[in-house]
Amino acid sequence: MSDLVTLYVPLETTALSLGADELVIAICQEAARRGQDVEIIRNGSWGMSWLEPLVEVETDKGRIAYGNVTVEDVPGLFAAGFLTGGDHALCQGLTADISYLKTQDRLTFARCGLIDALSLDDYQLNGGFLGLKKALEMTPEQIVDQVTKSGLRGRGGAAFPTGIKWNTVLGAEGEQKYICCNADEGDSGTFADRILMESDPYCLIEGMIIAGLAVGATEGYIYLRSEYPLCKEILGEALINARADGWLGRDIRGSGKAFDLQIRMGAGSYVCGEETAMLDSLEGKRGMVRAKPPLPAIHGLFGQPTVVNNVLSLASVPIIMARGAKFYQDFGLGRSRGTIAFQLAGNIARGGLVEKAFGIDLRELVEDYGGGTYTNTAIKAVQVGGPLGAYLSADDLDLPMDYEAFSQAGAVLGHGGIVVFDGSADMAEQAKFAFDFCAVESCGKCTPCRIGSVRGSELIAKIQAGENSQQNLDMVRDLCDVMEAGSLCAMGGMTPIPVLSAIKNWPKDFKTE
Amino acid sequence: MLNDKTHLEKAEWDETEARQVIEQFTGLKGGLMEALHGLQHAFGFIPKPSYDLLADVFNLSKAEIYGVKSFYHDFKSEPQGHHVIQICQAESCQARGSRALTRHVQELLGIKLGQTTHDGHFTLEAVYCLGNCAVSPNITFDGKLHGRMSEDNFDGLLKKVAL
Repeated sequence: MSDLVTLYVPLETTALSLGADELVIAICQEAARRGQDVEIIRNGSWGMSWLEPLVEVETDKGRIAYGNVTVEDVPGLFAAGFLTGGDHALCQGLTADISYLKTQDRLTFARCGLIDALSLDDYQLNGGFLGLKKALEMTPEQIVDQVTKSGLRGRGGAAFPTGIKWNTVLGAEGEQKYICCNADEGDSGTFADRILMESDPYCLIEGMIIAGLAVGATEGYIYLRSEYPLCKEILGEALINARADGWLGRDIRGSGKAFDLQIRMGAGSYVCGEETAMLDSLEGKRGMVRAKPPLPAIHGLFGQPTVVNNVLSLASVPIIMARGAKFYQDFGLGRSRGTIAFQLAGNIARGGLVEKAFGIDLRELVEDYGGGTYTNTAIKAVQVGGPLGAYLSADDLDLPMDYEAFSQAGAVLGHGGIVVFDGSADMAEQAKFAFDFCAVESCGKCTPCRIGSVRGSELIAKIQAGENSQQNLDMVRDLCDVMEAGSLCAMGGMTPIPVLSAIKNWPKDFKTE
Repeated sequence: MLNDKTHLEKAEWDETEARQVIEQFTGLKGGLMEALHGLQHAFGFIPKPSYDLLADVFNLSKAEIYGVKSFYHDFKSEPQGHHVIQICQAESCQARGSRALTRHVQELLGIKLGQTTHDGHFTLEAVYCLGNCAVSPNITFDGKLHGRMSEDNFDGLLKKVAL
């Protein structure tokens, strides 16, 4: 019998959607046929989605990667000696040397792909729980102070300073405070929350415990979208392991401090990603948006002071605590500090996750990392920040990725999703879709959103049919004004952004003659 | 994933089963959502007689139960077909040809999004983002996600279940 060889095949949604499980079976069968001992570790994803399924082989030199491996490739890979890092058309060299990965600033996603997501040993061998251990020795005020000084802002899209939010909850009076993690990642073009939850679930759990210690909350909820069943499984198992190992419960590792959390599933509603709609949904109600004030920090879940943070905001806290506020603060630009996970999607050659300090420009992301369009044609439009983000043209690619720069350009960075379109995109159709999506997903509480979205879609259809186009375009602009000023939340208030940017940048797609 | 029981013949009302499902969540804060998920899982849709049980257990009116149930896309009013196909209609998949893929599937099955074939074999649904946008377009077939879907690949998937 030959020496045992260790292989890595991700247990992650993208890899699975391209046949990773079938691949594991094929590798095991081929190894058995050859009398070769192999151990397959199901790691998370490195975020190089375009290479999935990515098989890695542990060698003396390090982990060697083979990308886009299919079941049919397996016999050929064995024949080429891939178990010792042999050369093959699919070989990408050492994983750590792949430039897509090597040039990133991996802080929040440092362990993703590297470790077996559910191994507590792997987690702790790679810096896990260092932040929590420090936090357990600190006062709530000291923890909040660190997070405030780090400059961390909400990664869900609104970019509100996390430390200020925590400080409000810390100072609020309440019988039972809560930490709610918003894992309702519904924006098209985003998948960073999912990759983190599937590839490094303890990082999120650690961040939530620290948040609990910081504000005096002992209960937490992860509101997870139902489209992410694998996250539910992995997080569920991680919670069981963390509890068994004393990281959750009434007495965290003998500190006398308590925190526990549970997962609650959404049910296919986009608007429940809005924080107050999410709170109503968690309470078992329709996901209706609440008027603010009162802020959730004061009157949140079940009327109690509540921290509502995105997955990545919470998952960034462990490294801030472990390495200190200054370490994190040193990344970034202007008022956008630290790193952000960009997600390259749509018509893109190398789609995936790129964690970089703020300040990188859009061109570098789309052209250098992303490799341009998948169809190898010119870029026509790039939608940044999800379905409520602006459609930027090829002329806008030099914009720096920074909250303020985007805001000045009338665009939004949002949750960091970047969706690329080539020349086949009809921007009137995209504008119509923005209204249609709003009509489908509106919670219905306020009129501009509920009715405006339907009327907007009808108006664009008329423009497409060449019916009083100029007049109808003016009407769309008017309607957008009303929606922007008169909607309670971003759903109705920001639907005008993709619509108006499409009209502005591609007037020829809207028949005005 | 979302529809563990999609078979029409398994969708018969069973009050004892429904009670058992609901009772698991009675003490839970905000448990109505979980109870609805439980019923959807057990029956493949939310049977109307369960509204009374839910109203009773959660101390709400039937109208309120219907209000919550009808708000969420996942909670179905009718049994689904044997096979449920969801095609992502959101921007990232649009950029990789989901509109053409949707037309192809609709023509193949002879139904539109949101419909079930007369023989109850297939239900076709729109979905807005499956979080697999780096390898668009995406569909789910009986709960399993498939990335980089093409018309040819879809025909292959369909053949496997149509035999």
